[in-house]
Amino acid sequence: MATVTIRDLEKKYENGFHAVKGVSLEIRDKEFMVLVGPSGCGKTTTLRMVAGLEEVTAGTILIGDQVVNDLPPKDRNIAMVFQNYALYPHKTVFGNMAFGLQMRGYASGEIDKRVKEAAGILGIEALLERKPRQLSGGQRQRVAVGRAIVRHPQVFLFDEPLSNLDAKLRVQMRVELKRLHEQLETTAVYVTHDQVEAMTLGDRVVVMKDGWVQQVGEPLELYGHPANKFVAGFMGSPGMNFVDVSVSESDGALWAEAKGLRVKVPPEAAGRIRKHGGTRLTLGVRPEGMRLADAADSSASLADYSFNLEADVVEPLGNEILLNFRIGGVPMVARLDPGARIKMHDRLSLALDSSRLHYFDAESEAAL
Amino acid sequence: MLIERKWKKWVFFYIPMLLFIVFTLFPFYWMAVTAVRPDSELYRTWRQASATPFWTLEPTLEHFKDLLRTTAFPHWLWNTMLIAIASTVISLICGMFAGYALSRLKFRGSEFLGTAIFVTYLVPQTLLFIPLADIIRDMHLGNTPWALILTYPTFLIPFCTWLLMGYFKTIPKELEECARIDGATRFGAMVRIVFPVAVPGILSAGIFAFTLSWNEFIYALIFMSSAELKTVPVGVVSELIRGDIFFWGQLMAGALLGSIPVALVYSFFVEYYVTGLSGSVKG
Repeated sequence: MATVTIRDLEKKYENGFHAVKGVSLEIRDKEFMVLVGPSGCGKTTTLRMVAGLEEVTAGTILIGDQVVNDLPPKDRNIAMVFQNYALYPHKTVFGNMAFGLQMRGYASGEIDKRVKEAAGILGIEALLERKPRQLSGGQRQRVAVGRAIVRHPQVFLFDEPLSNLDAKLRVQMRVELKRLHEQLETTAVYVTHDQVEAMTLGDRVVVMKDGWVQQVGEPLELYGHPANKFVAGFMGSPGMNFVDVSVSESDGALWAEAKGLRVKVPPEAAGRIRKHGGTRLTLGVRPEGMRLADAADSSASLADYSFNLEADVVEPLGNEILLNFRIGGVPMVARLDPGARIKMHDRLSLALDSSRLHYFDAESEAAL
Repeated sequence: MLIERKWKKWVFFYIPMLLFIVFTLFPFYWMAVTAVRPDSELYRTWRQASATPFWTLEPTLEHFKDLLRTTAFPHWLWNTMLIAIASTVISLICGMFAGYALSRLKFRGSEFLGTAIFVTYLVPQTLLFIPLADIIRDMHLGNTPWALILTYPTFLIPFCTWLLMGYFKTIPKELEECARIDGATRFGAMVRIVFPVAVPGILSAGIFAFTLSWNEFIYALIFMSSAELKTVPVGVVSELIRGDIFFWGQLMAGALLGSIPVALVYSFFVEYYVTGLSGSVKG
């Protein structure tokens, strides 16, 4: 059990590529921390530096109270699960799981006990004598996880462990990993490019881009209060819709306008935007922040937040309908009730949920 | 339709394959037939009515007996075996470490070194033996097995290094990284994980190295002078051709016996050898 503290971590490769830029993180004891971001954002490099597989250019990494910058991987008391599982092909499942314990000089009785115990937790007792090539993808994944847990390490590191599995298995393993973490109560650092995995697994999530940390927070905090346009667009599927708007004062209220859209800025947000003073903003709304404007509902607020559109592709998913359309040429998606009867080219109007609008500076893209 | 396809299969597949097999195996057959052909048949001209150039009517082991009794053939066989095994072992060990270093460790000039090693392999032996002969003489190694055991690695090590370098590159580096996290040092991960996984590649390199040193001719011809110490290829050629007299029967018997060990080595490891060349490890 341990904390992982990362201070001003930098990684520059010899070819000049600056992969990680000033990353600082406090990973708490027993926490499940997910690093997420598009490929090339530095998340895997950060993880590999924690593992000791990559040299640190500058900054400090502490596991517990110990600075581990110059410690070889074997002395960090960590375990890592790799994307391609990295099972030793010449060893049996038992041999794979026992290797780490053998290297640390455990007695064979203890090794046997621990491997059986881990195999029991993961439901792979029947596979112990098989070779990795005789296993399915999901089984290999379990063995890779088993190999990590037999050692009772201080920290688990996961490098996109589910991305080689098919969609159904991935969902299943995701649930198992979450359950396993609850059971083992070990600090875990998990790298993924899949925001759904990040949201569902993480106690907290770190969103990274181009080597920088964009935001650290609990999943719902990132979703509900993204720090900038990148985080807002990255978390959630389909992502948040963005429209560039100009803001102007009229009738004592602020109005955000774009081609084909004119919405009132709700009073609770107007203060922030007035303080910001800019007239060019990016308005963000999540697909579920829109609903069909009901003709029967004639309240004043509806008029202030509704707009007309022509339906483009309609995607009925059973539990919901994804409606594609354009506002002033910008493609957008709305998530609607499955009961709605809409066809392509239908003309209709949608209402925005005023409490779920996001505003970003058009230049810096920071949230207002 | 079906008939046409059958016809095509014969023309484009079976017949060319048959021709190819005959073409490759005929020399071996000729060698075997000549080795058991009595002298009376060997020196009969083809124009004679009783001539049977492609088979023999009275097979005999006379040439083999002659070879084993009157020449130092058993010594040659033993010398060749000893030298081939020793130089293969030396080259494999060096090649494994060098191949690992060149494929895995990042150090300044590693790519250049890899290419340079390959280039040394390309220098023809017919040029290299001149400076080598000088060194062998200075070190007083001439006419001892060490002259060959130590010179064969000059072309075997580059060969093994190059082949193993390619094989190590196909092994995912995560295997090693995982071993290092599991508690092994870099060296430990190499010995316990990478080498066992690379066994097919190592065996292929070994078989090749063994064959190359078994068949080597120039160095063996130049560095070994006494009849007792010669290797099979040199001994057979130098002792069984006297002036313009070719002892065909003994020559072929010697060639046949000399190729048996290599054939055995190949047939034992043929499966490994094929996977070794086609590479790729699946986790």
